[in-house]
Amino acid sequence: MSVANNESVADIKARNKELIQEVLKVYPEKTAKRRAKHLNVHESGKSDCGVKSNIKSIPGVMTIRGCAYAGSKGVVWGPIKDMIHISHGPVGCGQYSWASRRNYYIGTTGIDTFVTMQFTSDFQEKDIVFGGDKKLAKIMDEIEDLFPLNNGITVQSECPIGLIGDDIEAVSKAKSKEFNGKTIVPVRCEGFRGVSQSLGHHIANDAVRDYVFDKLDPNKAPLFEPSPYDVAIIGDYNIGGDAWSSRILLEEMGLRVIAQWSGDGSLAELENTPKAKLNVLHCYRSMNYISRHMEEKFGIPWCEYNFFGPSKIAESLRKIASFFDDKIKEGAERVIAKYQPLMDAVIAKYRPRLEGKKVMLYVGGLRPRHVIGAYEDLGMEVVGTGYEFAHNDDYQRTAQHYVKDGTLIYDDVTGYEFEKFVEKVQPDLVGSGIKEKYVFQKMGVPFRQMHSWDYSGPYHGYDGFAIFARDMDMAINAPVWKMAKAPWKDDSQSKLLAAE
Amino acid sequence: MTQNADHVLDHFDLFRGPEYQEMLANKRKMFENQRDPAEVERMREYAKTEEYKEKNFAREALTVNPAKACQPLGAVFVAVGFEKTIPFVHGSQGCVAYYRSHFSRHFKEPTSCVSSSMTEDAAVFGGLNNMIDGLANTYNMYKPAMIAVSTTCMAEVIGDDLNAFIKTSKEKGSVPAEFDVPFAHTPAFVGSHITGYDNAMKGILWHFWDGKAGTAEKLERKPNNSINFLGGFDGYTVGNLREIKRIFSEMGIEYTILGDNSDVWDTPTDGEFRMYDGGTTIAEVEAAVNAKATISMQEYCTEKTLPLIAEHGQEVVAFNHPISVKATDNFLMTVAKIAGVEIPESLAKERGRLVDAIADSSAHIHGKKFAIYGDPDLCYGLAEFLLELGAEPTTVLATNGGKDWEKKMKALFDSSPFGKNCKVYPGKDLWHLRSLLFTDPVDFLIGNTYGKYLERDTGTPLIRIGFPIFDRHHKHRYPVWGYQGGMNVLVQILDKIFDTIDLATNMPAKTDYSFDIIR
Ligand code: SF4
Ligand code: SF4
Repeated sequence: MSVANNESVADIKARNKELIQEVLKVYPEKTAKRRAKHLNVHESGKSDCGVKSNIKSIPGVMTIRGCAYAGSKGVVWGPIKDMIHISHGPVGCGQYSWASRRNYYIGTTGIDTFVTMQFTSDFQEKDIVFGGDKKLAKIMDEIEDLFPLNNGITVQSECPIGLIGDDIEAVSKAKSKEFNGKTIVPVRCEGFRGVSQSLGHHIANDAVRDYVFDKLDPNKAPLFEPSPYDVAIIGDYNIGGDAWSSRILLEEMGLRVIAQWSGDGSLAELENTPKAKLNVLHCYRSMNYISRHMEEKFGIPWCEYNFFGPSKIAESLRKIASFFDDKIKEGAERVIAKYQPLMDAVIAKYRPRLEGKKVMLYVGGLRPRHVIGAYEDLGMEVVGTGYEFAHNDDYQRTAQHYVKDGTLIYDDVTGYEFEKFVEKVQPDLVGSGIKEKYVFQKMGVPFRQMHSWDYSGPYHGYDGFAIFARDMDMAINAPVWKMAKAPWKDDSQSKLLAAE
Repeated sequence: MTQNADHVLDHFDLFRGPEYQEMLANKRKMFENQRDPAEVERMREYAKTEEYKEKNFAREALTVNPAKACQPLGAVFVAVGFEKTIPFVHGSQGCVAYYRSHFSRHFKEPTSCVSSSMTEDAAVFGGLNNMIDGLANTYNMYKPAMIAVSTTCMAEVIGDDLNAFIKTSKEKGSVPAEFDVPFAHTPAFVGSHITGYDNAMKGILWHFWDGKAGTAEKLERKPNNSINFLGGFDGYTVGNLREIKRIFSEMGIEYTILGDNSDVWDTPTDGEFRMYDGGTTIAEVEAAVNAKATISMQEYCTEKTLPLIAEHGQEVVAFNHPISVKATDNFLMTVAKIAGVEIPESLAKERGRLVDAIADSSAHIHGKKFAIYGDPDLCYGLAEFLLELGAEPTTVLATNGGKDWEKKMKALFDSSPFGKNCKVYPGKDLWHLRSLLFTDPVDFLIGNTYGKYLERDTGTPLIRIGFPIFDRHHKHRYPVWGYQGGMNVLVQILDKIFDTIDLATNMPAKTDYSFDIIR
């Protein structure tokens, strides 16, 4: 399908540059100037992708981004399963994000576990006018009464909170004292802060530092005896079970996972983490802050890893093992060898069906680079990629370790740009979010949601790669894409008929 | 290793394998500081009691699992129902990402909507510049025929004045002076998505009929014989509006659907993405002022819109999401009377078929108890239908239902012998409902996708009718209005009843004597 098949890199670059210029024409001048800085064609050898990032979205252009609340409640805090996360403010934000992120967990929901529930202060006009602090205090009382087995509470601020001058810190402090030192975490993740989900990640990380780590009781008896092989998984949200299919590999190589941040995580695991010997970090964007903090404060090194596709998994297992002794290094080799036959079988089955297929991505802060290796393991090529809320360090990692010369790069892409890019580049697959999915499917382009795994997954780890490969094949080779054009309107077919 | 290439295991099989089960049990035991399982069990049982219910109902501040969304969602629903119209929500951008996702998860369709992307500086200085730039960008990029503005919490809290902002934006050349930018303030801390529907619809009619915010002459009404139709916020809008069009054509009625989003949320996959499709045209909205009457299918979605229309001299009538035979009879007779037409024989036949179906199957529904939750009008329509089937809508709950609705529901219960033991719960949430399902159990539950948690926890079989439906596909394509709609609802209820009987009777040598082949 791709038009780029026989093009040289130079051709591709020229075409992509032209494409960017063409797309920019739609904007008023001022907007075109601003958007131009976010679009580029990657030049190999450069240290970053040559785009500006983490800058305010332009009004009215249909950005795909969300907000800080989404970054804190939706990403970082929401999956901590034994705490109750109050969406503090009016009803909407919590309602739309209710259970939609597929953070898998084990627990009795509503009794000792609360992830797929929507707790909200459901602000009314009087709360806006007179402030919501009293209501918040009462909400905490009611939570204690009705959900006594919760292990803590967080307050996830929605836009109005920061605008009406509420003091959620004071309420949290007072209630924590009243409830015998219960962990109560006020989070200032109002949606207007920052420019995307990203600041919400940072604020949420800081809240873990201030309200979990800084309040640790040094005299508290440890839950477990430390071992030299203790690690914590940081930045895996267990979408469709991703953290589980990752954890199993770490344990099989001889490590002991003492905490998961934050998919299927618990408050105890957050508290355990300072005892880790190494923090292994999957989503750098959303949890690098707390990893750096733990390095400074507790001297815990951290190591980024990538569990998408066998090449990156093997590389990552070895990298993680390099922090430990030979026992673990051998463990890593053993794990890689153990799964080799499965990987060979998966690739033998799916690579022939996917070889040479072109992919365009647009995801959050990590996957636009992290999944590239998995596609390449299947013989596919990523020809365009971009981030909703990356910073320059993400684009550096992208440029230095992932993308090819000539790749089209789009930061905080607008609905219009993305559509036009896909229309012209004609990839065989687009990977992005729910808001984009149906746009491209209407155009007849196969699509997979790369936030929610399109309700599939896990995609992490060896077990996940089998599912990933199957899903990509299923998307691209589904018979439905041959039916998009009615036969009497399909030029190629009608010509064939005429010739007969 | 259980995963394999020949038969790839999905999450629901994969994690049941022994190696994962062991790993997860170990995690729980070693690192989670889990509660004593006996204590969890005790609490789980306690949460089923009358005592817990009383505590639960004594809640004054906390809301848990509400069945309502916020105003701007309703405003977006309205806006996409007008031809080439783009909803523009003034405020922070995260909300807009949520509305778009929410609709896309329900309809499995794209939903285009822009935001003015206000951030911290706008919180301090107001969002005027965001409006000025935003309107200009949207206008240039998406070439709309109209931009319909609403607001998020943020803009409301800082008090941005839409009317003034739009005027200023026009003066600054964002969009041409004569370009239509109707608006509605939609504070999320008042009402719910149905309030947002009402405000946005009213805003659009006010704009076109009442002089475009002071920039044009008010329209003078020249009454004609046409009828305006308002569907209200409706998860079945695709199926329902098409059904209404069919019925009206059959009746020979001249009509205008105000806010027809049935095409934009049902575009074909044929190689082209249609950002806009169908919808009420500006000319139609303007002409609608001349209509003889306006019909609202959902009273509680149009509490402010209908009075505005009435002020223009039209007759206005509101229904409560008619589903039952009687309600559809009433709807058709009212419309026929207003339009001065006869109800055609074809519809009488459709009616007869629905009555026939009810006669065939009502033995299976009669006397069964139901809990219903959803928007107030939907709840009313469903309860009315159940009463007609000889069932008892024992528990009816609307988080966004108010005092008037409560009264109306009670009157409905009083009108039927089957309503004797039925109770209505305005302003309550699904955690309240959870208690009720334990203390006052019913046979079936009717609600949206989130009802599946109640089904899991209480064992009450869920019939998915409502909004949003995320975990079943294409339900929105089937009408629930008109006799045909009643038929669809009937069949959906029956399917669940029969499935439930089959499930309870399929144990070999234990219960399968009742595993009947004919029911
Ligand atoms: S911030 Fe307000 S308008 Fe936005 S989603 Fe939340 S409740 Fe709705
Ligand atoms: S992987 Fe991407 S989408 Fe997921 S949490 Fe990280 S940044 Fe967000």
